[in-house]
Amino acid sequence: MNTPAKTSKGATKRAAKAPLQKPAENVVPECMNYREACRQGIREALTNDSRTFVMGEDVGRYGGCYAVTKGLLEEFGPERIIDTPLAELGFTGAGVGAALGGLRPIVEIMTCNFSLLALDQIMNNAATIAHMSGGQFAVPLVIRMATGAGRQLAAQHSHSLEGWYAHIPGLKVLVPGTVEDARHMLAAALADPNPVLIFEHIVLYNAEGDLDPSVQGVDIEHAKVRRAGTDVSLITYGNSLPKCLAAAEELAALGIDAEVIDLRVLRPLDSATLIESVSRTRRCVIVDEGWRSGSISAEIAARLAEEAFFELDAPIRRVCGREVPVPFAMHMEEASLPQVADIVASARALVQKA
Amino acid sequence: MNSILAEMLGKQEGCSRGRGGSMHLFDASTRFMGGNAIVGGGLPLAAGLAMADQRLRPGAITACFFGEGAVGEGAFHETMNLAEIWKLPMLFVCENNLYAMGVPLDISEAETDIYRKAQAYRMPAEQVDGMDPIKMEAAARRAVEHIRSGGGPFFLECRTYRFRAHSMFDAQVYRTRDEIAEWKQHDPIERLRTWMVDNHQITATELENMEAEIGAEIDAAVAFAEAGTLESVDDLERFVLMDSVVQETAA
Repeated sequence: MNTPAKTSKGATKRAAKAPLQKPAENVVPECMNYREACRQGIREALTNDSRTFVMGEDVGRYGGCYAVTKGLLEEFGPERIIDTPLAELGFTGAGVGAALGGLRPIVEIMTCNFSLLALDQIMNNAATIAHMSGGQFAVPLVIRMATGAGRQLAAQHSHSLEGWYAHIPGLKVLVPGTVEDARHMLAAALADPNPVLIFEHIVLYNAEGDLDPSVQGVDIEHAKVRRAGTDVSLITYGNSLPKCLAAAEELAALGIDAEVIDLRVLRPLDSATLIESVSRTRRCVIVDEGWRSGSISAEIAARLAEEAFFELDAPIRRVCGREVPVPFAMHMEEASLPQVADIVASARALVQKA
Repeated sequence: MNSILAEMLGKQEGCSRGRGGSMHLFDASTRFMGGNAIVGGGLPLAAGLAMADQRLRPGAITACFFGEGAVGEGAFHETMNLAEIWKLPMLFVCENNLYAMGVPLDISEAETDIYRKAQAYRMPAEQVDGMDPIKMEAAARRAVEHIRSGGGPFFLECRTYRFRAHSMFDAQVYRTRDEIAEWKQHDPIERLRTWMVDNHQITATELENMEAEIGAEIDAAVAFAEAGTLESVDDLERFVLMDSVVQETAA
């Protein structure tokens, strides 16, 4: 699905009773926002499997900090939508145990900054128990968390830590950048026997896109080409995806045909798709809202240097978040994040040099 | 015992294939969910297991063992609260041996009666002489009855002592030989032996036979462990990711 998510201020009100049954053929695509797509994914999971439940801070009565779970408490009751105390370590660990014990928990951590309070349980238990026990236990746990900057929430609510988590063996790390992935990645994550983290970007929640009703699921293995091009590969994910698509349009006006790749999954990383793309375009810019040093963009650059060095006609370039705690003031926050103009400038410089 | 000793020697016949070692003994077949080497890290996990029991296996109880060192961790307090507000079927067993590695209880905890911390979460709790097996058995029975009756979690603080060093690298400079010798007077195994003989629960001959059997079992386990084999290095990355929820497919 190549429909770019379009940011919209107005959240759609429909879809509280969206159909879950298989739609008829030739149904017109349904436009919805990313938040609603996430909610439909959760509703589908709760409807289809009695072992699933949602647990987290303010997921019930409040309706979710970002309103993703709004209405679900009324629909599914307090056994399935569990408001927890402010205890990320405790309830995330309880999610690990519940998964070991036969349930299929969906743990919501309000923002990935707060997940640091639960990091011990995520890394030392969820990611480790399968291997450490000699393969006696799998941990079929899903943790959803909000990530990223752009809403003036300052340094303790705005960071992008998905790249950190992608460092940890035993985890899978998903970064839905489209409405379709927001809608369908959860089902794939729940079907996976391993702990899966899903990072939902706070700016994307209001983004709208068309949902093709004939698509009944997505894989959580592959990166996807969201815009085909021949001159340069823009490799990105999350909220940098719409920025790269916008940059590609500007580049097209300048006569540069950019390919845009949505990583979708940061761990395991789909190197093959990236190598295939840069082997055609021979240039790449990696765009990541996370900090540059020791980041997922660094990992991608290293892999391309290791495995596709002779395919490249120009050095690998990166456009990353500036290495500062994300500040509150709007102009400072904007300056700290990759912007369309930065991506365009970086790609132009690469293509002009060649 | 065979699989535990093999695990201690890092052999693939060990209960965790030699990957866990002494700190991470797991046995899915007995629902033994593993030793956690992050002190306190097992408590939230146990709460989750109890959540699953509450929904899937009514009557089942999750027993969670930890030392008094764990009560300094946030994980302890978060789990106490979760267990009580959700009335989870959990038995908390705090083995309070007065030293967290080498740090004495009274310089690490403002409240040294650990069971009172559980009571602060409105959880029924008892302090028991952990060196007295008869009292321990009675207290555990009361606790399990409370949990099985649907009353939610129960907390036992067992006052006890560690006779030996914390690890092979522990010179035990933090306590005196006299203190250790004094505690050895209360050895629970000796106490149980004396109590059973005095109360005609067991004869001297039966005791001798039992000790011989236990000695033979240990010797056999050591031999089993020493004869064990090493996992192939080719399997190093096996089980980083799983192909199935193996504990459910096996069950």
